[in-house]
Amino acid sequence: MDKSGEAYWKATLGLLTKILAVWFLVSFGAGILFVDLFNKIHLGGYPLGFWFAQQGSIYIFVALIFIYAKKMGEIDRKFDVHEE
Amino acid sequence: MDLQTTIYLVVGASFALYIGIALWARAGSTSEFYVAGGGVGPRVNGMATAADWMSAASFISMAGLISNMGYGGGLFLMGWTGGYVLLALLLAPYLRKFGKFTVPQFIGDRFYSKSASTVAVLCLLTASLTYVIGQMTGVGVAFSRFLGVSSETGIYVGMGIVFVYAVLGGMKGITYTQVAQYVVLIFAYTVPAIFISLHLTGNPIPQLGLGGDLVGTDVSLMQKLDSIVVDLGFGEYTTTTAGSTLNMFVYTLSLMIGTAGLPHVIMRFFTVPTVAAARSSAGWALVFIAILYTTAPAVGAMAKLNLHSTVNTAVVSGGDLYAVESSIKADERPDWMKRWEKTGLLKFEDKNGDGRIQYYNDKTKSDEAKAKAEAAGWKGNELTVNPDIIVLANPEIALLPNWVIALVAAGGLAAALSTAAGLLLAISSAISHDLVKGVFNPNISEKGELMAGKIAMAVSIFVAGYLGLNPPGFAAGTVALAFGIAASSLFPAIMMGIFSKKMNKEGAIAGMLAGLLITLFYVFAHKGIFFIKGTEYLDLIGGPNPFFGITPEAFGAVGALFNFIVAFVVDKFTKEPPEHIQHLVESVRTPRGSKAVDGAH
Repeated sequence: MDKSGEAYWKATLGLLTKILAVWFLVSFGAGILFVDLFNKIHLGGYPLGFWFAQQGSIYIFVALIFIYAKKMGEIDRKFDVHEE
Repeated sequence: MDLQTTIYLVVGASFALYIGIALWARAGSTSEFYVAGGGVGPRVNGMATAADWMSAASFISMAGLISNMGYGGGLFLMGWTGGYVLLALLLAPYLRKFGKFTVPQFIGDRFYSKSASTVAVLCLLTASLTYVIGQMTGVGVAFSRFLGVSSETGIYVGMGIVFVYAVLGGMKGITYTQVAQYVVLIFAYTVPAIFISLHLTGNPIPQLGLGGDLVGTDVSLMQKLDSIVVDLGFGEYTTTTAGSTLNMFVYTLSLMIGTAGLPHVIMRFFTVPTVAAARSSAGWALVFIAILYTTAPAVGAMAKLNLHSTVNTAVVSGGDLYAVESSIKADERPDWMKRWEKTGLLKFEDKNGDGRIQYYNDKTKSDEAKAKAEAAGWKGNELTVNPDIIVLANPEIALLPNWVIALVAAGGLAAALSTAAGLLLAISSAISHDLVKGVFNPNISEKGELMAGKIAMAVSIFVAGYLGLNPPGFAAGTVALAFGIAASSLFPAIMMGIFSKKMNKEGAIAGMLAGLLITLFYVFAHKGIFFIKGTEYLDLIGGPNPFFGITPEAFGAVGALFNFIVAFVVDKFTKEPPEHIQHLVESVRTPRGSKAVDGAH
């Protein structure tokens, strides 16, 4: 396996892209650009687009950071650049 | 016990706690003063970051803004939390690996240039000083409204408290008081919300209550709120946007980038022991922030419903909102309204002289609402409500016990003091570390630098207090400016420093200046040069919001884009950064070999 600095950085950027895609989709996508579309669906008393803008995106942001921290730890170990 | 005594006791106890922590956590070295010794765990740092971040504006004003704006208020919620994803992914771990005390020091070293770090200090000072004015006035406001003393006295007391723990303890004292302040403020925010949610929806969790049905009916809270506000001529609560969709998009993005670029927040991540801890600590910070930020929309919507049902009996009974007897009689209005009228935050004026209070949107675009109001003989809206009331008077509106009101007072003060302390540390460390040690006297001893840091802190507190006592007339617009500056100057420079190995000093400096200047130019065009009234120059740029209808508050992201473009163009035409800088970038990108944060230049 390629354990060079470039390969590590490529893996890191790959992870960042995936996480930021979700970050963008839940806030700017579901919460702003396509809010009317999502509002046609209801989550309890919440119109779904409104829920993403005022609740859902925040929960997903929290999850995203912990997923990032975990996956980044795995990448660090895989490329043997982790801290002791 | 009467209300005033209870408030004095609760607020006094919280202050005693902060001072106790200050005496215990004194700083004996520059490492303790700047980064609390560098051994703060990710959860503790997360909690301190949450208090550092959530200011008087988050605590007092945000729920009220959401209440007024409805769906569009979501831009604050997404913007101020989404920034933590950017901070965690793009900045915090790398700056922690770099392992130095301040943000300007990273910019100065990475771009091998004292000028770059001085530009960064300038951006940091402008952003943090404008921000701290708002916190000081917030302290004054909380004191004058709850403790019955003048707001000047309040600011002096606030300065005194911050002085004790920030000067004695630096980052160490600030970290542990922020943890205590977080606990105070989160209880103060959630307890009233739980009571109110329980009362309206039968569900004790406000986040679920907001999506639930009203007690004893099968109508959802938001459906009810929508139908009432629309009937009274306001915009529908769940769909009203803040300006155009494009403006809301750019505004949200600006707040996110600004949040990630604010130095007093970034600095908190220098206190954790490892790169891995910096990553997870950002997650914990957002957990603690999310508790307040997901409660705020419930507080906003529920308070709005409560307010309407207080002044219009048909809201609860389901009758005709425009019927004569639906509006309550002015002399039968509840005591809390009279109390808050004295502060000027609530105003009632009987325009049609019928002795009743009509609260509706008299500037409505809905012909139906207009016709109904006319038929009912309403002569204009008679109740004006300052958004800050929503949180401050919330416990009184919901008839909660005195200790809850006292808790809200202590919470508002905790929010303002914790943010003020974080900002003051960012300011004083930029002065003592980046200017005194970095530029004027590189050979200063550790003891000398610690002393310089403490003196800079003391001076910053006096400057902040002075500005709080004599707000320069532009205090309201300044928080938006702080975000605009952080977004357009600092965030892109730091990000390029990590993600572009080839970015050179010419590009970075030109980019920072371009982002800063274009943002200031756009903001000043609307608000006056340095916010001096009468110096607006909107004609020059073709009327308000000339750039695709984007408001000046939302402009930070555009400034950031300018920064990136200018930096890459200048970088193309100037020479590459030296070899050792490219190695530095490589080492910043990998966690192995992370050391305790230090101050060596």
